[in-house]
Amino acid sequence: MKNDHIYLDNAATTRTDPDVVQAMLPYFTETYAVASSQFSHTPGIMSKEGLDHSRQIIADKLNVSPTQIVFTSGGTESNNLAIKGTFAAFKGQKNHIICSKVEHNSVLHTCQYLERNGAQVTYLDVDKEGFIDPVQLENAIVDNTFLVSIQHGNQEVGTLQDIELISKICNDKGVAFHTDAALTFTKLPLDLGEIKVDLMTLSAHKIHGPKGVGALYIRKDTPIEKLVHGGYSEFDKRPGTENVSGIVGFGKAVEIASEEHVQHLNKLQKRLLDGFEKNINGFRINGSLDMSKRIPGNLNVSFDYIEGESVVLHMDMKGVAIITGSACFSRSLEPSYVMMGMGFTHERAHGSIRFTMSRFNTEDEMDEVVNSIKEIVENLRRISPLKN
Amino acid sequence: MSLPYTKKVLEHFKHPHNVGKIEDADAQATEGSPACGDMVKIYLKVDADSKVIDDIKFESYGCASNIATGSIITDLALGKTIEDAKKLNWKEAANALGGLPAVKVHCAVLAVDALRTAITNYEHKHGLVLEKKPTTEAVVIKRLSRVINPLAGLDVVKTKLVQEVKIESGNITVWVEMPTHHQFSSNIKEEIIERLEPLWDVEHVEVIFRGD
Repeated sequence: MKNDHIYLDNAATTRTDPDVVQAMLPYFTETYAVASSQFSHTPGIMSKEGLDHSRQIIADKLNVSPTQIVFTSGGTESNNLAIKGTFAAFKGQKNHIICSKVEHNSVLHTCQYLERNGAQVTYLDVDKEGFIDPVQLENAIVDNTFLVSIQHGNQEVGTLQDIELISKICNDKGVAFHTDAALTFTKLPLDLGEIKVDLMTLSAHKIHGPKGVGALYIRKDTPIEKLVHGGYSEFDKRPGTENVSGIVGFGKAVEIASEEHVQHLNKLQKRLLDGFEKNINGFRINGSLDMSKRIPGNLNVSFDYIEGESVVLHMDMKGVAIITGSACFSRSLEPSYVMMGMGFTHERAHGSIRFTMSRFNTEDEMDEVVNSIKEIVENLRRISPLKN
Repeated sequence: MSLPYTKKVLEHFKHPHNVGKIEDADAQATEGSPACGDMVKIYLKVDADSKVIDDIKFESYGCASNIATGSIITDLALGKTIEDAKKLNWKEAANALGGLPAVKVHCAVLAVDALRTAITNYEHKHGLVLEKKPTTEAVVIKRLSRVINPLAGLDVVKTKLVQEVKIESGNITVWVEMPTHHQFSSNIKEEIIERLEPLWDVEHVEVIFRGD
């Protein structure tokens, strides 16, 4: 089945770069041995070289030592390992976690799970643009706090938190800082030699790598226990046969990512927003209004008087893939908790539409999307009882 | 793998029938609210002698099934007497659409409710209520429990926005615990009046905000 949609759901996942696929292929049929130590057989050593090469690429990108990169099955596992792993290491001596109300579910649900198992969690508010209040964070840290987990960029509205400032606050208070950077890695500079982060979640498939691969950066001496048992791989932090082909793909994706791609994303984002501003009345931007404080290539807006699922379905029929924060669209039939957490009305949440671009999108596509949205918004407003 | 909607639902969604407003409608009704993510408004023109619905239009704020059910229910009701139209239920609407996903059935219910409420409103306004029960506080509260508080996504009674009503010789006063200039005050006021004014023995509805 061919996918000829204009795909603007890149915060969910991205197209695997064909060069990434090419880089991975030999690791299925040729270099398929289990990655082993240098004292093993040659096929095992070859796999190990592929693995280590990727680890080095990712470590270099973050300016850290490769021994601090632990490969996982993806962002969700990395977030689980970061939070449950540190909780376990503190063995109840400290049991307080701080995160924000708009974290990804793999952070929120993990915190809620730990709450049922003896942890105390503070969920920080965010303002109308999705930013946490650093003062509220500082005040929330108590003697019992062992971890602050604040995402770098928000999955829905794209708001970027000031992780440099947050890391300073955590550092001053002697509390470990975890950040989920799955959506910002390679798009924004993350020099962990400059910014002291203790744990950082990374994911391959958000950056044109394969699905099922991620990593957790674990700063040296961060107390953490493994969650899965059955071996010693990944520095005894994550047992299980390494997904070598996937990890090689991850490395390749990081190698390909460039500053030009980011500039392209910024151009697309601007083109789409300019198009809306010129052609559509009555829409509001959700998330940071300062475009430099959004994930590159993220635009989230609410169109007045209309509901999101109808927009998404009409757009799908026109060949454009986008999503909405509307309850109708979600499996839970609840409106987006991110939008509600930002203090918006149900109506604004139901009307929110997320456009997330990748380097494979074009400016012509953005113009086409603007035209389609304009037509659909006008048609739906014509039948809406809320207009006037 | 395809969309979870039948071809028929998608047809009605893409090109809904009977869309719009009837300026001189004989009756109208709104069900749902933007807070819930679904809202349907139905307008009726009824022939005074035959009681046949000779025009019906709807407006929708909502998802595909909401729009499609609004379209099909107005198709089904057009040309029927109000007695027959009252008997339409959500199953008939859903069947006529070739089925709806289970989680979307509430949308069909909403459109059917709007049609029934519009007909009831017509009956009240035109002296067709068989049992002329006087409007009591219980009746008022029951009707107001369909008005949604947009802040909470629940109705104004449950969320205690309305705690006191007074009924006095055809005049109803409703006190709303919300500031006069709140962003939703005019919306709530309009909905409360729309819910109560059609009642056969109600002359006037006064909504007073007292959250200042």
